[in-house]
Order: sequence, then C-alpha cells, then structure tokens
Amino acid sequence: MILVVLDHDGTKLRKGSLEALTRARQLAQALGERVAGVLLAEERAPLEEARGYVETLYVAELGPYTAEKWAAGILEAAREGVKAILAPSSRQSRAYLGRVAYALKAGLLEDTLESWAEGGQVYATRYAYLNRVTQKVKSAPPVVLTVKPNTTPLAEPLGQMGEVVTMNVPPVATVEVLERVQEERKGVSLTEANVVVTGGRGMGSAEAFKQVEELAALLGGAVGATRAVVDAGWRPYGEQVGQTGKTVQPSLYIALGVSGAVQHLAGMNKSKYIVAVNKDPEAPIFKHADYGIVGDVHQVLPALIEAVKKLKD
Amino acid sequence: MKFIAVIRQVPDGESRLRIGGNRVDLSSATLILDQMDEYGVEEALRLKEKHGGEAIAVGFGPERAEEAIRTALAMGMDRGIHVVYEGYADPVTVAEALAPVLKEEAPTLVLTGGQQADWDSQALGAALAEALGVPVVPWTTALELEGETAKAKHDLDEGAEWVRVKLPAVFTTQQGLNEPRYPTLPGIMKAKKKEIKKVAFQGKGRVEILEETIQEKARLQRILDGKDPVAAAEELVRLLHEEAKVI
Ligand SMILES: Cc1cc2nc3c(=O)[nH]c(=O)nc-3n(C[C@H](O)[C@H](O)[C@H](O)COP(=O)(O)OP(=O)(O)OC[C@H]3O[C@@H](n4cnc5c(N)ncnc54)[C@H](O)[C@@H]3O)c2cc1C
Repeated sequence: MILVVLDHDGTKLRKGSLEALTRARQLAQALGERVAGVLLAEERAPLEEARGYVETLYVAELGPYTAEKWAAGILEAAREGVKAILAPSSRQSRAYLGRVAYALKAGLLEDTLESWAEGGQVYATRYAYLNRVTQKVKSAPPVVLTVKPNTTPLAEPLGQMGEVVTMNVPPVATVEVLERVQEERKGVSLTEANVVVTGGRGMGSAEAFKQVEELAALLGGAVGATRAVVDAGWRPYGEQVGQTGKTVQPSLYIALGVSGAVQHLAGMNKSKYIVAVNKDPEAPIFKHADYGIVGDVHQVLPALIEAVKKLKD
Repeated sequence: MKFIAVIRQVPDGESRLRIGGNRVDLSSATLILDQMDEYGVEEALRLKEKHGGEAIAVGFGPERAEEAIRTALAMGMDRGIHVVYEGYADPVTVAEALAPVLKEEAPTLVLTGGQQADWDSQALGAALAEALGVPVVPWTTALELEGETAKAKHDLDEGAEWVRVKLPAVFTTQQGLNEPRYPTLPGIMKAKKKEIKKVAFQGKGRVEILEETIQEKARLQRILDGKDPVAAAEELVRLLHEEAKVI
C-alpha cells in the first residue's frame, strides 16, 4: 500500500495533497501497489472529494491537530503494511511524519523535488545546505516522503469512489491546545505567488511598506519581508522569507533594501528572476540578482511604481 | 532538573561549498555550531538559570563535531556527550543513536534546532520525540515551565498556538525564542576543562546520498546605476517586460 496523508482546509483538499497523490500513483505503479488515503478530519473534512482520489480512504475524527494525534492516526492506517507514506511538505507534516518514520523505522525523504522507484528502491532529489545543493538520495521501502510544493502536477480524480474505512484511533492526550492564533491572509498567498516584492531593513520604516504593497499589487504579487523587518515589528512573521520563514519560488522576486544574507537567500534563491535595489553596490544580493539598480530605494521605488503603471496603460 | 540541547556541527552558511567526487567536500569549509541549535543551547541555559539543575549539550557527528560541543560548553553548558559517527545519517538514524543516551540521562526536557543548516532536515525533533515516547512541540517561540508541564507557543503553517504539554517533551527551536549569547573568554577557558563523554554508534543509516551538485543558478547581473532613478526604473521595467518577459 502507498498511503497519502490528505490535508485540507475545511472545505477542500489542499493543492499539496493533490501533488502528493500524483507522486503516490507513480510510486504505486512502479512498486505494484495500491494507493490509499488517510483523512484525519478536523471537522468539515472533504470526505467525498477525498474518496474520489483513492481506492481506500481511512478516516478518523481526531479533533484539533497535534503531531501526536496525527502520527497515531497515520500509523493506524498503515497497520496492514505500507511501502511508502506521502504528504505535502509543511511544518506540521514534518512534525508528525518524523514520528511516523521513526515508528516504522522508515527512510525519511524530506522536501523532495522528484521521486521514483527502480529495482524496488525509492529514489528522490531534494535540496540541502540552505537550498544551495541538490542531493540525489535513495532508500529501501518503507519510506516516508514529503513533497515540496509546486513541484508536481495535480492528480485527477479516479472517476470512482474509494471504499471508506472508519478507524478507531486510541486517544493520545499529551499536548493540550490552549489557544490558536490564526494568521490573517489577504491577497495572493506568498508561497503560491508568481511575483514577490520583498522589503528589507533598507526600507527604513513600516510606513514605507505601503509602497511595497502598491508595487506588489500592481504586479499581482505578494509582499515578503526579511527577518530584520519582522524583528523590527514592521511586518508580520507570516511574510518572512528565508530559512526560518517561507520558501518562495516565483517567476519574479524583487528585493528592495535587502542585503542578501544566506538565511534570506535560502528562501528565495530558486526564483526564476531576481531583481535587487540597494544603495550599496557591494551588497551581496547583487551577486544573486539578474537585474538591479544601485540607488536609494526611496527614490527608485516610486519611480518603479510609475514605470509599471506606464507600461500597463 | 536537567535540560538537554541536542546540537550538530554544520558549515557556516557564508562559506563556499565545493564538490569533491560527487559529494559536497567540507574539508576547507568553516564549521560552526548550527545557528538553529544555538537557540536550544541558550534556552537550556536560561531554564537552568531560572530553575536550577544541569544543562547538557549532546552532539551527534564526526570527531570534528567536538568543536561545536566545545562552543556550547563555552556558552555555559555544564558538560557534553558526543555520539561519534562518521558520514551521513538520516534523522531517524540520528534519533536511534541518541535515544539510549537521552534515556539514560532522563532529562526534564530536550531542545534541538528546527532545521539543520546542512541537510535542511526538520525532522530530528519529531523523530527524537518518538524514540523517547514523549510529545514534540516544533518551532517553539516561547517556553515556560509549570511544574510537571510546560506551556509553549509555537508556529503552525498558518498562525501559531499556545499548548500545554506534559514533561518530558522535545521542543524544536527557532528565531524569536531567545537571543543566543556569545561565548566569553572565561567561558572558553572553562570549556576546555569540561567533560565530554564519547559514545560510539555502530548503526547504519537508511537513506543514502548518491550524488550532490551545487545548484547556484548563473544570474545575469545586469546592474543599473540609479543616479537618475526615473531612467533606471524605466529601463528595468523595459528589461523585465521585453527581455525576461516576467511582467
Ligand atoms: C538561524 C538564523 C535564521 C535566519 N532566518 C532568516 C530568514 O528566514 N529570513 C531572513 O530574511 N533572515 C534570516 N536571518 C537573518 C539574516 O542573517 C539577516 O540578518 C537578515 O536577512 C537581514 O535583513 P535585511 O537584509 O533586511 O537587513 P540588513 O542586513 O540590515 O540589510 C539592509 C540592506 O539595505 C540597504 N539599504 C539601507 N538603506 C537603503 C536605502 N535607502 N536604499 C537602498 N538600500 C538601502 C543596505 O545597504 C543593506 O544592504 C536568520 C539568521 C539566523 C542566524
């Protein structure tokens, strides 16, 4: 069995789950296995939609997410034996899959770009060294594999409804959720945006980000921030790009007043085109830029906004 | 009380990476205590300062990784344990190697970095928690002890939450939790005399690295002078529209 953890937002399956399903089907075919799904419903789970993608769907109502409960649910679904467990890469999935991988003594392949099976072994490629190196890795089954977002085409429904197996997962209550702080989301999501406009400390103030927002909106993109900006309280943490923030891979990444520290580069160095505006010609970001302007962002940014408006007219 | 920080030695992100054969060759790289693990060391020290007890650095890796343990000792950790292993080991294997050592120490809690700066793995904390049969709180940004439990704030994919967790537990660290202190000169002197217990690990990893390649995309580096900001902005927009075709 190849088992996919189906992640959802309360109404429908997340895009990442559909990518994981595509990968699961490829592995299933190469290893001669069937594809099953597991839905650890936290209310309003898209049960019918999920059934459309798998031959067997294991379901349990586990209440609010904790890594322990999710791991227990997945292990219950995996009881009859699995060759591979797949899920989209996310902070949460890595927490429960790390447990699952240990429990199954499985090879853990995190954040994979591609995966395939050959001669009974599972292979994958992934980034390492803060996104600077690509590794080709291999493990014998069972493997636990996470799929890096936006790497894989989305699966189509099977055209038939899978069998539903309701699981009885013994309760685990080691973590009690006291309070959940939901992040508000407006506009295009940062990780899915095709254009990202990021402001760094060189922007000088929280107010100056109004123009970053304006440029991002003109280009149909999202606003990003460096850690220095988040630490200063100018922008929310959810906008941080980098090692400890989000990883983005847009067609166009514009870095305004950003120095280009490795930890920041780790979150954006796979962007197709990188543009930098910095008053310091020696700023490291220029080494990683396709286009750039050496200048004061307070003069260049308003001019950029005007130039984009002009282009659009 | 006993607070353990699990640490690793990694190349400094600023150092140049080289490929030798078909693997990254670190022989000329500057190696440091993983900055993500520094938060765990700092937190262990603060917890000890507040609640008393002992703070221990447990390191995994080749002989040279002892330097990273010394750094943690210079920051103020009381003693070190080094599980020695040459070569690559995946997080499940690392957790397997560390589990007996951690069980023997029976710590109040264990801290480790949220992400490794070499393998980019985020799974060690979770794998360790499973190995110890205790809960994991990943990406912790606040941590308070309350008797037999801890109250912690941690990040989710969207947003954050406060949880209460029974101790012992594993916490993975990240920015925001604290500001790691620097080793002081007296700290460095004292660290030389602190004990580092060596433990050998014979196990074998499940995941094998077959090949590594450096993927730094060649960039065009067309840098314009912004003395005339309007002209530079117009030229940039033209290039993005006509040449790169991204707007
Ligand atoms: C473990 C760890 C994890 C980290 N994770 C992240 C992360 O996820 N994301 C992240 O971003 N950082 C991260 N960092 C921090 C990182 O090392 C840098 O400190 C940070 O990226 C710097 O942000 P910055 O470029 O905005 O600020 P600075 O480094 O202060 O750079 C500001 C730049 O703006 C330029 N500038 C100033 N004024 C102007 C002007 N008027 N016009 C034009 N240019 C101007 C300056 O020349 C300078 O290059 C992490 C660090 C650690 C240790």
